[in-house]
Amino acid sequence: MARPQNPSVFQRVEAMPIITVFVLLLVLFMYLSPEVFLRPYQYTTFLSMLPPIVLIAVGLTFIIGAGEIDLCFPAIIGFSGFVFAFIFQAGPQALVAELGLSAESWWASPGAAELIRWTALPAALLAGIVIGFINGVLVAKIGIPSFIATLGTQFFWYGMATVLSGGRSYALRGAEESSVWAVLVGRPFASSSIDWVTQIPIQAFWTLIIVVVMWFILNRHRFGEHALFIGDSNAVARVVGIDVDREKIKLFTLMGFLAAIAAVFLTLENKNYFGNQGQGYLLICIASVLIGGTSIFGGRATIIGTVFGAFIIAMVEPGLVAAGLTGAWVNTARGLIFLIAIVFYLYVDEPQRRSAFFTRLVGNRAFGR
Amino acid sequence: MPESALKPAAGRAEFESIVRLENVQKYFGAVQALRDVNLRIGRNEIVGLIGDNGAGKSTLIKVMTGVMPPSSGRIFVRDREIDLSDYSVRMAHDLSIETVYQDRSLADKQPLWRNFFVGRQITNRFGFINIKEEKRIADQILKGAIGFRSSGITVDSTVANLSGGERQGIAIGRAMHYDADLIILDEPTVALAVAEVRKVLDFVRRIKESGRACIYIEHNLAHVHEVADRLVILDRGHVVSEIKPKDMSVIELTEYLISIQHKT
Repeated sequence: MARPQNPSVFQRVEAMPIITVFVLLLVLFMYLSPEVFLRPYQYTTFLSMLPPIVLIAVGLTFIIGAGEIDLCFPAIIGFSGFVFAFIFQAGPQALVAELGLSAESWWASPGAAELIRWTALPAALLAGIVIGFINGVLVAKIGIPSFIATLGTQFFWYGMATVLSGGRSYALRGAEESSVWAVLVGRPFASSSIDWVTQIPIQAFWTLIIVVVMWFILNRHRFGEHALFIGDSNAVARVVGIDVDREKIKLFTLMGFLAAIAAVFLTLENKNYFGNQGQGYLLICIASVLIGGTSIFGGRATIIGTVFGAFIIAMVEPGLVAAGLTGAWVNTARGLIFLIAIVFYLYVDEPQRRSAFFTRLVGNRAFGR
Repeated sequence: MPESALKPAAGRAEFESIVRLENVQKYFGAVQALRDVNLRIGRNEIVGLIGDNGAGKSTLIKVMTGVMPPSSGRIFVRDREIDLSDYSVRMAHDLSIETVYQDRSLADKQPLWRNFFVGRQITNRFGFINIKEEKRIADQILKGAIGFRSSGITVDSTVANLSGGERQGIAIGRAMHYDADLIILDEPTVALAVAEVRKVLDFVRRIKESGRACIYIEHNLAHVHEVADRLVILDRGHVVSEIKPKDMSVIELTEYLISIQHKT
């Protein structure tokens, strides 16, 4: 039996194929539109735009690696975003008005208002965690396939956000004066003398830290190992003593938590909450994970691949537009890249599926004509 | 925590039989799957469990390993009676009983070292895995207990790259590493090539040599006849006879099983 004795660089370094593709695309875009891709502003824009996508895609890497799917996360962006925006914007006055406190009371002071704005963060995260936990229970304990369960909860939580917000959007006017804004999505180097440095957003650092922690959890922690074994085979995972149900609930809860962080970053960065925010993220995030090399069949997952997958998906838009194509082409190109990546990984990683495919192909030809 | 790669099972506390069942019954609704089963597994014997489809072999194993409780009867592990209300797979593991399922023991896409330790990882107190240590011990098991020296298999190989016989070897080696006193093999040679079957039978012999007990469930009478010390024949949930392989050839055994089938 042939066994690879010396794995090549492509097999030794995690996500090497997709990093190569990323570099090639980047070089191509630099060549086509140097005025965009050889200047730093495009990259600082990436840094403020990508964190929500990367956070969700990293959570999805765990979910897809465990052989499940989560379609609920756009609704978490909507619902957690609503919870955050509501408390952040309306919370301080609402509290004073509801409790009938006088304007002289401490609760009406700017300090108290700031305190209430800070509670928006844990409240939004808690909302995401609860939604994720419910998803996990539906999948693990009640036994609904995750595709269906999370499709249902997506509708439910979007609906819930619309009901509670009365369909309104919340503009977070003056948000940048709050310390919440400065800490979560501020520009820490705003006083720098170099122009592009002033635009580096702090959420890029928070995201980087979370991604590194998640890499360690997936690759070095018991939980990550359990997720991959579950994705490989539920039956094997049970036999080796993994509590499959509990780990699945944890996976969906983690997904909800990460999506809630993404919701906070997005809402604060836009300084606005609107009812269907997050809806454009569904395919982008799933595509980032699968382009990155995480197996659609579960059992294999790569955080580094996911991050580069997200960069590739994000790069397509400015790349095509700068090269002279209209924005209408962007999703076409994304879909194409997505499909090419899927076929590539099928071909490379799943030899038995590959041979089955060619058998079908040959069989069809024989029968077809 | 697994400290050494492979300790011989000999030299532990004295006991007569690793597992003993007394008058075990198992009903699924009105269907009686196990009927008055009395069975004793000695501490260092290979017991072949044979019987036709639906004879109750897997039900018997499930009852024995805590997957499902019996409807009535008593189970003794190391001569001590088990409280059936809290007997579970995990408890069976703690009592050093390991089951190697034909196709459910190893995860295909994961490297061998993860397969050795999953469920019992060597971690720090935050749950992070000590990869170096796991790989080192896995390497010892691979080279020592399983005896894969030159076949190009390393701890980083994924299971998908192994042959069927090698997979059984890995699963059995893992069970031995965890100091299982009783290893239950569920049809380990199904769908294996002849040379692969040889390997598996050699692994079964290793179990015996290392001083452990083994229950070997098998359809192929020739395989089980070759390695078992005693054959237990199950028919419609009942132990109909126990046979020493040296008292009966494979052909006689086959005839005997057919004659049981035709009795009503």
